[in-house]
Amino acid sequence: MSTQQRSFFFNVDWLTVFLYLVLCTIGWFNIHAAVFDTNHPSIVDASTNYGKQFIFICVSVVIGIVILLLESRFIAALAPAFYVVIVLLLILVLVIGRNVGGNQAWINMGGGFRLQPSEFAKFATCLLLARYLSGTNIRVTEPKSFLTAAVIIGFPMLLIMLQPDTGSTLVFCSLIFVLYREGLSPYFLVIAGLFITLFVTSLLYNPLYIILILAVITAFIIFLFKRNRQLIKTVIIGLAISIAFIFSVKFIYTHVLKKHQTERINILLGITTDLKGKGYNVNQSKIAIGSGKMWGKGYLHGTQTQYSFVPEQSTDFIFCTVGEEWGFAGSLTVISLFMFLILRVILIAERQRSPFTRIYGYGVASVLFFHVVINIGMTIGVVPVIGIPLPFISYGGSSLLSFTMLLFTLIKLDSNRKSNV
Amino acid sequence: MNKFFERRYVVTGIFIAIILALLGRLYYIQIVDDKYEIYANSNVRRTTILYPARGPILDRNGKILVQNEPIYDVTVNPKEVKPFDTLLFCKMIGIDKEGFDKRFAKAKKQSPNTASVFEKQLSVQLYASLQEKLFEFPGFAIVPRTIRTYPDSVAAQFLGFIGEVTDRDIKRSNGYYRLGDYIGVTGVEKAYENVLRGQRGVQVQMVDSHGVPKGSFANGALDTVPRSGERLTSSLDVDLQRLGEKLMQNKLGSIVAIEPSSGEILCYVSSPTYDPNLMVGRQRGNNLAKMYNNPYKPFFIRPIQAQYPPGSSFKPLSALIALQEGIVNPGETYYCTGHYRAGNRLVPCNKGEAHGSVNMSRAVAVSCNGYFSMVFQRIVDRYGVKNTEANFTAWRNNVMKFGLGARLDLDMPAESRGNVPTPLHYDNVYKKGGWRSSTIISLAIGQGELLATPLQMANLECTIANRGFYYKPHLIKAIGTKNVIKKEYVEKNYVGIDSGYFEPVINGMQAVVENGTARRSKIPDIIMCGKTGTAQNPHGEDNSVFVAFAPRDNPKIAIAVVVENSGEGAHWAAPIASFIVEKYLKGKISPRESGITVDYYANANRLPDLSLYAQDLQKERRRDSIRAAKVDSIKKFKADSIKKFKADSIKKERRESAYNNKPANWIKSLTGGRARS
Repeated sequence: MSTQQRSFFFNVDWLTVFLYLVLCTIGWFNIHAAVFDTNHPSIVDASTNYGKQFIFICVSVVIGIVILLLESRFIAALAPAFYVVIVLLLILVLVIGRNVGGNQAWINMGGGFRLQPSEFAKFATCLLLARYLSGTNIRVTEPKSFLTAAVIIGFPMLLIMLQPDTGSTLVFCSLIFVLYREGLSPYFLVIAGLFITLFVTSLLYNPLYIILILAVITAFIIFLFKRNRQLIKTVIIGLAISIAFIFSVKFIYTHVLKKHQTERINILLGITTDLKGKGYNVNQSKIAIGSGKMWGKGYLHGTQTQYSFVPEQSTDFIFCTVGEEWGFAGSLTVISLFMFLILRVILIAERQRSPFTRIYGYGVASVLFFHVVINIGMTIGVVPVIGIPLPFISYGGSSLLSFTMLLFTLIKLDSNRKSNV
Repeated sequence: MNKFFERRYVVTGIFIAIILALLGRLYYIQIVDDKYEIYANSNVRRTTILYPARGPILDRNGKILVQNEPIYDVTVNPKEVKPFDTLLFCKMIGIDKEGFDKRFAKAKKQSPNTASVFEKQLSVQLYASLQEKLFEFPGFAIVPRTIRTYPDSVAAQFLGFIGEVTDRDIKRSNGYYRLGDYIGVTGVEKAYENVLRGQRGVQVQMVDSHGVPKGSFANGALDTVPRSGERLTSSLDVDLQRLGEKLMQNKLGSIVAIEPSSGEILCYVSSPTYDPNLMVGRQRGNNLAKMYNNPYKPFFIRPIQAQYPPGSSFKPLSALIALQEGIVNPGETYYCTGHYRAGNRLVPCNKGEAHGSVNMSRAVAVSCNGYFSMVFQRIVDRYGVKNTEANFTAWRNNVMKFGLGARLDLDMPAESRGNVPTPLHYDNVYKKGGWRSSTIISLAIGQGELLATPLQMANLECTIANRGFYYKPHLIKAIGTKNVIKKEYVEKNYVGIDSGYFEPVINGMQAVVENGTARRSKIPDIIMCGKTGTAQNPHGEDNSVFVAFAPRDNPKIAIAVVVENSGEGAHWAAPIASFIVEKYLKGKISPRESGITVDYYANANRLPDLSLYAQDLQKERRRDSIRAAKVDSIKKFKADSIKKFKADSIKKERRESAYNNKPANWIKSLTGGRARS
């Protein structure tokens, strides 16, 4: 018993736990700076957001510890049940949910706390996806398995889309990396990349030029690989699909996307500028970050932060505080911590004997990666504004709790890697 | 091991690549690109300019001519307003409920989060009562400002006024001034703008995204305190100035009195004048337009801008030059036959009645045209007729040493030069070598092309009073609390006449007042030396001129008075001058033997007929392209104001006192009906 406990203690990946705690602390201090209120200067004052965040951190740590104490077998076993519960909650939120900022995403829990089921949907989906793909005779390369996996990912996406919360919906797209790691054809990645590129370029430039360039590239490839009929066929089909996509972009843009979405994209691409209105947030966010220079303006001394020039700064735009008050040094630190964490998660995933833990690990890495890149990217104006939080740092209990569960479940699974599950 | 193991590197590679791209972008925004820092500062910094109080201006005895009076603006910050007793508030600042709503809506529209002006220019009384109750009206505040006030309402043309800067001012100042700033437009406000305006301060505050101030920026490192403008002590004597303006009311003309021992100008009257308080406050624009359209031109600064032929007042100067050049000696006599023949020109003297034998003093006393024509011809023909030009140039240079024909550099803007004609001028009129002393003989008696401003005339008297030098006349005696005096004002300017030559001339001038043309203006117990003059006026009646200094020994005051359209110097200018001199020397005015009184002269109306004057003015304005557009308003003015002006006071008074137009009989009897000097 005692040896087992000691081995458990040593098997926990303390480096990951450390990274987690550091990021949470950074988040807490930055929330303190972002919504600093001279009437409530104390960082643990529970009437303020930074006080609440402290409570959330404590609760999360407790939940994390509880997860570490769970029996690993239960986790895989309970995955489907958990998934079902979350799906039910996602349906429930559409019925009785509270609408905040245009998204019907919160269920009121009383006591001033609200639950956001979509945050937990990522966790549940990762678990179920890992459970399904780790099953015997399941090959992503087989259409039937691929479709099942797509349904597991797609169902909560659909429900979240109905809220409508585009940001949280898009997070699920990151799971394509999991499928790729498990054998999905690399063409999916290439095609996804191609479509994103085509979408952006055809908005910015005349579609005819883009088609011309694509035709030239196709001709060049055909010229190079005259013998390879298979390749030529693929390339020509690709060209045809691309052309069709380019012409459908305008339709998607005007009919499928919502007005606020097209506005955000327009501003991002510089098609329109509206610094006082739709573009205000990103512009102020860039000003706050850009004015931080190398070393920042110092804790609680960021003028843009303290005088609330950036809206929603404690949640989606928390990175402004880091950028302004801690400068590039702070930005580099935070991004490096995230990069270490993600790479560590991948390393953990790869060292598993159990495919379940590996697949789950990749899910965690992908979700974290997507959140970090999109969140920071939107604060510096390189991706459109879709409201998703910066993991561990943004203010919000549901977000912190779900990421904690996501990460600590992996740590727990990893601590058992030596015993066969 | 599991399949697709190598794909971990692809995934890791993609992740790292994208995160590095993000870092690259951050590096660019935070370190390479400086514009965000500038934007951030402009977001958060609000620079307020703190205006210093403009310097006050005192008279020579320390009485206040211009000061700053506090007025109070009520401001409101709509965001901070909480329910309060609106009715009481309206009552306190003297507006009704409707006016309150209108003002409040406007302030809210202008800026809902920061203070904007609610009501302007509250009086001190309203301010005092509101101040006590202000705590009951959250969101409202009182902001003090200052405006210029003139307690005595005198010396408008000297003081000038301030106004908002024009685009040209801003350009000329290299951006020192900003739109909405005030700047001296005329008078001392303009001349001493740099001293009066003081130094502006700057307050840099931090504001939040709603524009609410959050404290000083960088602990006030960029803030500067405003420094008030310097105090100016003018040389004017307020009592003398007030008397002068009283004497000159309803007349056109000027009085310039100077202290010979310092060049300080004691009295500086330009008539008609106006109340400088009209150039301040809400009615300023209307008043300004009225002044511009006034045909008597109150903005015309007659002491330095009006130019008159000096006439006989020029004769003492002629005499002095002749003495210095050794052309005549004081005892030499000349026999006046009632006219003087110069070439084929005949200069009339004394309306054809002979003065008989006159020496220099006598010639000055009786203003003998013949004597001075003779002297002038001797000077100009000194080295032969062939050297006329050289001789004339020498004479001209001597005249100009007295400060004629060039600006005296008075410390005021817009001074005129006057005129002493050049040989070139005569070359152009006649042809080179085509003129002789006889051609230009009218210069001998101060006529012809000679022009002098009243200031130059007064300065000439200073020179005679000082027996040979003058100090640059000036209106500002000392600058600042340290009483700094400009160096140029303590330097003597010698005119090149030995002091010994002055006595015969001064004797003559004394005789003018003792028993000559100006004898009615004799001041009891004071020896005044003067000279009357009658300057030709193309617009109507001659201008009455009198120049003098007093007392004879150790003179304290030199004076020049011009009353336009009033005939002979003895009738109007001399008595006015005598009152000023007496007031200055004695502090009061004692009854005169001749029976003349201040009230009589103060009440007399010598304004020229408006219809004639307005016609002149109209011609003048047509020439003036800038004012061409205003012709309409003049026409309208003519229609309106001719009726108004003619109908009341002027015409009526003129009919009643017809003797004002022509010298009255009693004056004729005293001057023997012949004084044309």
